[in-house]
Amino acid sequence: MPAVDQILDGKEICICAGSGGVGKTTTSAAIATGMAARGLRVCVLTIDPAKRLADSLGLKELGNEARRVDPKLFAAQGVEMKGELWAMMLDAKATFDELVARQAPDEESRDRVLENRIYQQISGALAGSQEYMAMEKLFELHTEGRFDLLVLDTPPTRNALDFLDAPRRLTQFIEGRSLRVFMKPTGLAARVAGRGATVALSVLKRIVGFDLLADLAEFFNAFSGMVDGFQARARRVNTLLADPGTCFLVICGPQGEPVDEAVYFHRKLVEAKLPFGGVIVNKVHYPTESLEGGDGDLQGGLAELLDGDDDLAQRVAENFVDYQALAERDADNIERLERELRTSGVIRIPYLDEDVHDLAGLAQVNRYLFASSEERDELAAGRA
Amino acid sequence: MLALFSSRLEKLLGIARIPELLDKRLVFVTGKGGVGKTTVAVSLGLRAAAEGKRAIVCEVAAQENASRIFGHAQVGFHEVEMEENLWAISIDPDESMREYVLLQLKVRAMRDMLFRSSIFNYLAAATPGLKELVTIGKIWELAQLDRKVRSGRKYDLVIVDAPATGHGIGFLKTPRTFAAIARVGPIHSQARQLERLITDQDHTGTAIVSLPEEMPVNESATLEAELRDEVGVAVDRVYMNGLYPERFSAEEAERLAALAASQGGAIRAASNAALSEQRRARAQRAQLARLRRRVQAPVRSLPFLFEPELGLEAARRLAARLN
Repeated sequence: MPAVDQILDGKEICICAGSGGVGKTTTSAAIATGMAARGLRVCVLTIDPAKRLADSLGLKELGNEARRVDPKLFAAQGVEMKGELWAMMLDAKATFDELVARQAPDEESRDRVLENRIYQQISGALAGSQEYMAMEKLFELHTEGRFDLLVLDTPPTRNALDFLDAPRRLTQFIEGRSLRVFMKPTGLAARVAGRGATVALSVLKRIVGFDLLADLAEFFNAFSGMVDGFQARARRVNTLLADPGTCFLVICGPQGEPVDEAVYFHRKLVEAKLPFGGVIVNKVHYPTESLEGGDGDLQGGLAELLDGDDDLAQRVAENFVDYQALAERDADNIERLERELRTSGVIRIPYLDEDVHDLAGLAQVNRYLFASSEERDELAAGRA
Repeated sequence: MLALFSSRLEKLLGIARIPELLDKRLVFVTGKGGVGKTTVAVSLGLRAAAEGKRAIVCEVAAQENASRIFGHAQVGFHEVEMEENLWAISIDPDESMREYVLLQLKVRAMRDMLFRSSIFNYLAAATPGLKELVTIGKIWELAQLDRKVRSGRKYDLVIVDAPATGHGIGFLKTPRTFAAIARVGPIHSQARQLERLITDQDHTGTAIVSLPEEMPVNESATLEAELRDEVGVAVDRVYMNGLYPERFSAEEAERLAALAASQGGAIRAASNAALSEQRRARAQRAQLARLRRRVQAPVRSLPFLFEPELGLEAARRLAARLN
């Protein structure tokens, strides 16, 4: 597997995808930093509400506008920064508001949506809205052309489909076709739909309450003039995702479950004909040197060298057995990953002794991300 | 038999029962993805069962992680007995919605019509938060002593493996949001009822699962504040999961560093592995101290288990260590 800079050569968008807890935010930040250091103007976007990216980039907080990371910070870490690193945290609600403002045919329709009570409740929390707004912001920034490369840290969706499906689902929801039709009790559609629908509606009113239904109908009516605009926009977003200038990187951990999810996600990308770039496995226990012949009396050998401290020798030996078991598990899982993906080699980032949460840590990770696989093995052997 | 077992367990390990947490009726296990929520939820279930309680572990959003731990085929939307006194269920929102409607509409013809109607299906699929709401509704139903579902068992304790997205905050806030959206009517009053359930600090609690790393600790502190102040739910425990044992002292590390520098082969590799362990264990203790300073709820630690995949045996061992 080549280094990340080779994978991203000529790409304009890099989307880091994977399940939660696998180090996606850190990896996105590391990739963006590394590419910026190599001379590009890069912007990394996150929608993680926990401000992890800001933490790791030394920014107090991130907003819905891109902010440049102070170049002095890199110099302090001994990182030569040839390009520029920018970062932003996506505010789903603000992006949704902007989108509504852009799509609304006039001010009145815009305000009708923005002031709708249901819209206000859901625009930040609607299932899929975060994902869709991430895509939307990505599209907007790409269209503006201010950056050479955009790196997106995707929200931790439980299901890979949620993420890829977000634009379609959101558009469908806003359309609210069936509900709008039925909520016009005197409309032609209601008469055509017939008595069954009317009764269904009355049953529904009993369960849900009339007010809620009426409010929902008002919500959909408010959106009615914008549906075409939203649909067209969603199509353009989807086209951008499938563009050869876009690259999906799958991030995972070395345990069984994250690997299963990476395999699943890869399959979905292939099915959706989206450009897959590679897999990065974080926190890998690298295998240690071969122990042929010497394993049997490791404890004895240690004790001898430790002036007969059997107790310490035993603990070192036990710890080593534990470490090797984890290294073996990781190797097995990664082998399975490579087999399933029919790829020769994934990018393995070792389980570093110190956890990565600042620019110094990112620089550590980048030694691996931006190295050939031989260099990575050597690096890991040097510290393993 | 079980009471005997649990009293033996107590004597053997010197463990007291976990009064504040397991004496509640409903416990949400929260935290970000990958911190081990499912393992902790299952361990709490095993522990409650060992203490003689009838407990059920609920998964939401079709995760089926718990059935993996139990080595069981997918449990689905059924209450399945996994161990003596311990059940599991995977709460599917669509099934919960059906069940909810069944309980609301006693006339079969009306139900059938509703299920067939496109407007109902659209509304059920598209209304934001409705899936979460009916999921919490099902959790509420499971926690009732007077079960609504015919032949439903009574549980002493319902443990929920909360969704990882947004640390489960959005999920727990759903009833409040919904009560605000539906100002009046049946959904409003049911949402209010669910909100009361979640904020009933005598009977409902949460446990936060964290990891001994910088950002998970920061996030756990934020999560605790949000659970308390924004959701209004009790936070009873913070579990620091995956804590390495302190196997080597600083002095021993120095001796091992000398070995790593002067020796080769297995001796060097084993010494380096020991040094890594020592550095990580030390860094983790610093994170544990930070966590204790930054949260109000009692912090308890759980050991890292050096096992390829955490299964039922691992959960059992953690269950014995829970406090």
